[in-house]
Amino acid sequence: MSEVKVENISKTFEDTKAVSNLSFTIKDGEFVVLLGPTGAGKTTTLRLIAGLEKADEGKIFIGNKDATLFQPAQRDVAFVFQQYSLYPNYTVYNNLAFPLRSPLRSLNKDQIDKAVRAIAKTLHIEDKLKNKATHLSGGEMQRVAIGRALVRKPNIFLMDEPLSSLDAKLREELRLELKNIQVQLGATLLFVTHDHVEATTMADRIGVLKEGELIQIDPPEKIYNDPNSVYVATRLGSPKINVIPSRLIEIELPAKVEYVAFRPEKVSMNSKGTLSARIENRQNLGVEEIVTMGFMGEMVRAVVKPDSVPRSSKDVKFSVRKEDMLFFDNKSQRVYL
Amino acid sequence: MAEIVIEDLKKEFGDFVAVTNSNLTIRNGDFFVLLGPSGCGKTTTLRMIAGLEYPTYGKIFLDAEDVTFLRASQRDIAFVFQMFALYPHMNVEKNIAFPLKTQGVKKSEIRKSVREVAKMLHLDTVLKSKISALSGGDKQRVALGRAIIRRPKAFLMDEPLGSLDAEFRELMSYELKKMHNDINATTVYVTHDQNEAMAMGDRIGIMDKGVMLQADDPLTIYNKPRAKFVGSFIGSPAMNFIDVNAFMQKGSTSVKINGSRLTIPECYEDTHIDFNYLGIRPENIRVVDEGNIKGAVYGVEYLGANKIITVDTEFGRIKARTPSVINAKIGDNVGLEFDSNSIIIFNGDDETAIKSQFMN
Repeated sequence: MSEVKVENISKTFEDTKAVSNLSFTIKDGEFVVLLGPTGAGKTTTLRLIAGLEKADEGKIFIGNKDATLFQPAQRDVAFVFQQYSLYPNYTVYNNLAFPLRSPLRSLNKDQIDKAVRAIAKTLHIEDKLKNKATHLSGGEMQRVAIGRALVRKPNIFLMDEPLSSLDAKLREELRLELKNIQVQLGATLLFVTHDHVEATTMADRIGVLKEGELIQIDPPEKIYNDPNSVYVATRLGSPKINVIPSRLIEIELPAKVEYVAFRPEKVSMNSKGTLSARIENRQNLGVEEIVTMGFMGEMVRAVVKPDSVPRSSKDVKFSVRKEDMLFFDNKSQRVYL
Repeated sequence: MAEIVIEDLKKEFGDFVAVTNSNLTIRNGDFFVLLGPSGCGKTTTLRMIAGLEYPTYGKIFLDAEDVTFLRASQRDIAFVFQMFALYPHMNVEKNIAFPLKTQGVKKSEIRKSVREVAKMLHLDTVLKSKISALSGGDKQRVALGRAIIRRPKAFLMDEPLGSLDAEFRELMSYELKKMHNDINATTVYVTHDQNEAMAMGDRIGIMDKGVMLQADDPLTIYNKPRAKFVGSFIGSPAMNFIDVNAFMQKGSTSVKINGSRLTIPECYEDTHIDFNYLGIRPENIRVVDEGNIKGAVYGVEYLGANKIITVDTEFGRIKARTPSVINAKIGDNVGLEFDSNSIIIFNGDDETAIKSQFMN
């Protein structure tokens, strides 16, 4: 595995700036997730690193070598797409063995067999090796596609929303497995997604993208607790962080502070609270309850223990500790007190 | 509004049993959610209540009237489908008014009712708009308006939010519930989405393989599942289940698994056989340095407010939901502590929960 470094790369498609002036490093053995909505430049970044697109500007280094002008094959990266791209008329075994049979690798039959069986075991598809690729469930197909990438031991794995076409339970299962395998193999992995849960649960570091620009890249805990902008703050967490005009909160603040934000789990609801609100909706999810309140024309959400707020309550009090608040200026940039 | 009672309901399609032995009372004013995976029989049940299917066996009562074999049009209920069928050539007002018009209601009355409904659904400003000019959400409201305006005894809804994106779904589910409360309706709502069910339902009925496993309020369903399937279908991550190779007797307060002894709530009855399951929710497990149960960390998933820590133990793979300050990484050796008060024992044969100090 190798370190991959992207330096000031930009890419424009006709009039659209897909990626602008992007710089970051994926350390050897690191799992980096690029998070952003559709059109943020996630897939373009992956394709630039893979060599499927040519950057207008900037450089790409793979394992300390300047790979900017390398052909895709020379870069030795493994790409996993959202839609499992398997050879339908091949068995699972042959799908997994295919990348190893490349004449560039000159592996013998036994070596290939060993590698295929090892990866099939890791991904729990040993008993499917003789199946045709089309005779698999969606989850199994994506396992094979991931397996075909893993078997090669490339410089880096590039994964483009590989779990998004799977159902919720399977996605949960596979993301846990993928992270475990990545740690076991010490793999370098760049994973793009629009799903913040995938990002926080797997990443060593999350890069938050917005319209082709990297807004912040940090470990999940830092992105969650210490975001540099409202944009980053609102990417993570469900329910979303509360963002309200700071004038509504009666505390002394520098003049440039325009917005205050706080996570729903930091809202405490009790009669001693200093802020008055009216309950609009309650969603009891079993493990927690989401209470939606109207507060001076804004919406504030609290996450509380189920039924800790009496059923009959309508007009309630709440409070948030100052150290649990984040402050932002009129451009939605973070203000540190 | 209405009470709906289902008695010993059964529906077969040829050899396939879609619904069997279903008993259920949907109380007047309830927002009742029928929840289950695809193929569990929830839509078939709904269609039988609507009169779109007739049962093979059993009875359906609407306000004590036996409606089992009444045609759909003779039951005073409104059905809202997943894909809203609106009349594209009519404007919003005419779409909403349509059911009253076909009933021959006076024009002035129709106008009054349409106004009321439009106001409630925030459609008053788009009454003259063409359907094709509306957003997805507004279309949804029009379809709801058309269902409400008849003032039926009950609303039946089959995944009405299924085709919407996540953010909009949340908003619409809130509005739907609010509308239900405002007009004091009885609603039966079908979904496969556990979060939607938990968030919206006054009561939830969970079905699997044609069988109604449990009907209760959301918290009871979550905390006290009466069947193993309920514990595994509700909750993310699901309830943990551990194999117990022992017969348990009335009065037992502990259980031995692989040499370790775990405290459980006192059993109030015997298990059926000597192979059973122990169920515990992830948030009722603590990750500690030294614990009763030892294992190696398989995964750590950071979720902001908390973490899911997956541990491989001698009992199998177990998930704990912990505060996010707990530090653990893949490969670490850790201990687990169970909150024994909330443990449930499920019979190994029919997978039902046994009665206990907790499950009483």
